[in-house]
Amino acid sequence: MQKTYLGKQLEVDENGHLVNPEDWSKEIASAIAKDMGIELTDKHWELIEYLRKEAENNESMSIRKVGKSGIVTIKEFYNLFPRGPLKNASKIAGLPKPESCL
Amino acid sequence: MEQPPIKKISIILSKATIENAYAAMIMAHGARSEGIEANLFFTFFGLEVITKDKLKDLRVATVGNPAMHIPSLVGILPGMQALGTKMMKKQMEKLDVPDIDEFLEMLDAEGVKFYACKMTYDMFNLQKEDLWEGVSDVVTVGNFYQLAGGDNSEIVFV
Repeated sequence: MQKTYLGKQLEVDENGHLVNPEDWSKEIASAIAKDMGIELTDKHWELIEYLRKEAENNESMSIRKVGKSGIVTIKEFYNLFPRGPLKNASKIAGLPKPESCL
Repeated sequence: MEQPPIKKISIILSKATIENAYAAMIMAHGARSEGIEANLFFTFFGLEVITKDKLKDLRVATVGNPAMHIPSLVGILPGMQALGTKMMKKQMEKLDVPDIDEFLEMLDAEGVKFYACKMTYDMFNLQKEDLWEGVSDVVTVGNFYQLAGGDNSEIVFV
């Protein structure tokens, strides 16, 4: 499956997450977010960086963990990334859809 | 053909065993994390899960539960329920599943709505102040069906 961001044809999975990590850049992140109707603020970026760093360290991620990160509360997380915060934040961060039920 | 996505799920919890409470709560959380609206309706013994002085003391069913793989006669022995509960809590902690009270707070922050069954509430002679603060309302079955309605809405009984 392919999707066009900033004029580039990128490989995505069936949920729209980037398949190749090297395709990700901050510009692409903004384009994915825009496509979802989200304008990225500093807080969004702080979370995106946190998620990418955790993924780099092979840490599993959950909404509860984000709530304990000290960056946002769970409520704020839902406000920043509506309709499925971890799923959508991961998509913008160029990460696969989280596997956890939590 | 692509299925229309579920928009709302309303989960009825009728039991107070910790495994049933977790099942209902994990399903509600999973719904919210997929952008699906979620209601929890607590009826009969399920009401204990949102009763302040009960919610921290939920137990695993060690009797009449074939999945425990112990004879029911062993399950009735003193301490078995506490042991089973302790083991389950330990496993849950490993999976990063919060305790019931923290889980309720988390679901509340996620926008899950909590409703107490009016008939059970009356039957147990409960007062508003007996219920956990996150409970939106005490409702009749009829009101529950209204709340649960809408396109692509599902009702699940736990």
